[in-house]
Amino acid sequence: MLGLPRWFHRWASPPHVYELAERWRPWLGGLALLTILGGAYGGLVLAPPDYLQGDSFRIIYVHVPSAYLSLMGYTLMAVAAGIGFVWRIKLAHAVAVSIAPIGASFTFLALVTGGIWGRPTWGTYWEWGDARLMFELLLLFLYLGYMALRASFEDRDKADRVSAILAVVGVVNVPIIHYSVEWWSTLHQGPTIAKLDTPSITFDMLAPLLVMIAGFTLCFAWLVLNRLQGEIVEREHDARWLRRFAEAVR
Amino acid sequence: MSEFLAMGGYAPYVWSAYGITLVVVLLNIWTARRARIRPLERLARTADEARPRRQPTVRQVQ
Repeated sequence: MLGLPRWFHRWASPPHVYELAERWRPWLGGLALLTILGGAYGGLVLAPPDYLQGDSFRIIYVHVPSAYLSLMGYTLMAVAAGIGFVWRIKLAHAVAVSIAPIGASFTFLALVTGGIWGRPTWGTYWEWGDARLMFELLLLFLYLGYMALRASFEDRDKADRVSAILAVVGVVNVPIIHYSVEWWSTLHQGPTIAKLDTPSITFDMLAPLLVMIAGFTLCFAWLVLNRLQGEIVEREHDARWLRRFAEAVR
Repeated sequence: MSEFLAMGGYAPYVWSAYGITLVVVLLNIWTARRARIRPLERLARTADEARPRRQPTVRQVQ
């Protein structure tokens, strides 16, 4: 199949990635905590109340980062699974496996916080048939389907290959979710930031949102690194290089 | 402070959304840490079991 540049192979080497994760993890975790605390303070205290929605709009600071991660997580999972499938790189499958439960949890959060926000804003927690809501729910099922499909195989290599197909096919849902608010008339509002025009939100409200998105992304990265390290140990349990890490937990 | 907690009358919505987010993130942190540490502990345990015991020296009886 297609050749890959040499630097890529370093990133496919489990000991190399494991050691990098071991080194970066504490810094990522600390940075994520500080950023989220700062963003929450900005969103709950510094940002002014909305002229129409009052203080209920503050839900945006947990809803949008979760929704963003639900889509970004799925895209990364599909890319990793696709790379693993095409070039038969086990580490890429391990990345996809690590993302799935985390992405599913943020999809769940996006749905729940959206519902809570919808109650005072739209007058309903949930609207069956609303395109944005339906496709986001489908995204949750894609994550859960990926995990359930993997669990049905005894053989890990087979699980890697079959689940990768589901992950890659399911990625068509990501642009559908993004454009759903433009393609169909939905209860959900149109895009606020991710559009060609200038963002339709004032800077005092936007700044904490951007900080929160950054904080959630760092937290997501920290979570993925933890799960990835566990996944590497499970897949490489015979490797000599792992022994000193195993000694350390004893 | 009580004004802050009241959230302009939207307290149940705002605080439940933030509360659920906090719970899900904490659960994520806990399960991800466990997913990292458990396999290492298992590895350490099996390494202990596989380690060859010292054999008593056998002396030849003359």
